[in-house]
Amino acid sequence: MMGRLSNARFRWLAVGCALLAPPGCSSNHAAMNPAGPRARSIAELMLGFVSVSTVVYLIVSAVLVWAIARRRRAGTSDDWLQRGSSEQSNVRSRQVISWATALTVLILLTLALCDYFVMHGLSSRPTDSLRILVTGHQYWWEVEYDDPDPSRRVRTANELHIPVGKPVELVLTSQDVIHSMWMPNLSGKKDLIPGHQNTEVLLADRPGTFSGQCAEFCGLQHAKMRLMVYAEPPKQFAAWKQAQLQDARNPSNDIQRHGLEVFESSTCILCHTIQGTQAAATVAPDLTHLASRTTIAAGALPNTQSNLASWILAPHRFKPGVQMPATQLQPDDLAALAAYLASLK
Amino acid sequence: MSSRFLELAVVALIALTLLGCERESRRFSDSPATPRGVQTIRQSELQPGSSIPTSGPPSPYDDNAYAVSQGKQLFEWFNCKGCHADGGGSIGPALMDEKWIYGSAPANIYATIVEGRPNGMPSFRDKIPPQQVWQLVAYVRSLSGQLRKDVEPSRADHLFTRKSESSSPKSAPVSSSAPRDTQ
Repeated sequence: MMGRLSNARFRWLAVGCALLAPPGCSSNHAAMNPAGPRARSIAELMLGFVSVSTVVYLIVSAVLVWAIARRRRAGTSDDWLQRGSSEQSNVRSRQVISWATALTVLILLTLALCDYFVMHGLSSRPTDSLRILVTGHQYWWEVEYDDPDPSRRVRTANELHIPVGKPVELVLTSQDVIHSMWMPNLSGKKDLIPGHQNTEVLLADRPGTFSGQCAEFCGLQHAKMRLMVYAEPPKQFAAWKQAQLQDARNPSNDIQRHGLEVFESSTCILCHTIQGTQAAATVAPDLTHLASRTTIAAGALPNTQSNLASWILAPHRFKPGVQMPATQLQPDDLAALAAYLASLK
Repeated sequence: MSSRFLELAVVALIALTLLGCERESRRFSDSPATPRGVQTIRQSELQPGSSIPTSGPPSPYDDNAYAVSQGKQLFEWFNCKGCHADGGGSIGPALMDEKWIYGSAPANIYATIVEGRPNGMPSFRDKIPPQQVWQLVAYVRSLSGQLRKDVEPSRADHLFTRKSESSSPKSAPVSSSAPRDTQ
């Protein structure tokens, strides 16, 4: 009993700490920990606004406190009224008000100008950039690396790999409802709208793993619509892309072979693609290199063989409302299917 | 007089709320029953007696707007549109008219999807789980106005090719396999 109580107390303490801690000076999901020049200009702008606002707030508060204290010291109310209506005092207060108003206008104009220049810089489109098409679905991200040669297009899901130092142009749209893409370390938010294309430019100047999240309520599992961004040195990125271009690995043993059979003969094949097999449907994530991804179901679960099996059997246990239906399979078939999927490096 | 009115209002409100509950309920891990006779593959269209049984389990989703709109999405995802177009039919028969070749009862439509039919309708046995087949059944019935108006979809996500399901008139099912141009 005692143990359980202290456990619960500890959990509250942890939640409290997480809320109080400054949201991220080192986290991989934090606007104040920018990983590129574009995100840095947003972070600096935010810092500037917060600093100026804080100074103004402190000055106004100090003057307010001073005014209250001064009024109390000023003796009887008759005396104060008398002083307030005198000609000289009127002129002085008018002067003070004019100066304060002028200063306020100046500060606001300066902030507006800073904002304009930052936004103008962000709206510039680099000429030589990598184009990636991102389509929002309830509740996952479809990612396609554009290429003039259709056979060199890479399709994946819920993961963005980008080369460090090269601008990336994201072309954003949605298949169903409005979503919004937000990777705070790399950019601001941008909406994904059905029937419309938005663009957003990413530029990472250091390697790292960053987290993204849908930022526009899109349905029951909006919170579990996550995205991982891997900023990699150009060589590593090229190697990753080359690996993704390959067809899926052939099953290497009888269990995996049976798993592929199960995949092709059950409900999976109606929605998913595995390049190099009969499965070529495009309404759900491409599974050609599923095992190379770190999570499944848009960040809902770590990508392990047992999680894959649990997910296939009862996706609604982990993400109630997800579009993937529960699939009833015999235990042997399910184990083989999970083994096959886990082999798709 | 006014207390009687109040009573009526309360009863109406409760009835509406209960109706609304079913209309909006989202049952994600439902496993509705499969109609009898669908488990076997049928080899011939010929049989003695009545050709189309109209009894069978009622559709579990006839009163459920969420399931019908899921069915509408699946109708596109599973490429029903490829042959039946947006309900008006192209190389497959129209689904929004009054004619039913293999029966209009929910169990008949279920069997048609799962077993397939001659002249092109593929069998989706084991490829679509029962819950989604029932969602498709509910949507197919909504195409010819067989469901309640407030349950049928009232708008499309894409270009409108016809009136929405909820504003098309209800048609009385007729058993017929006559193609459209012989009308």
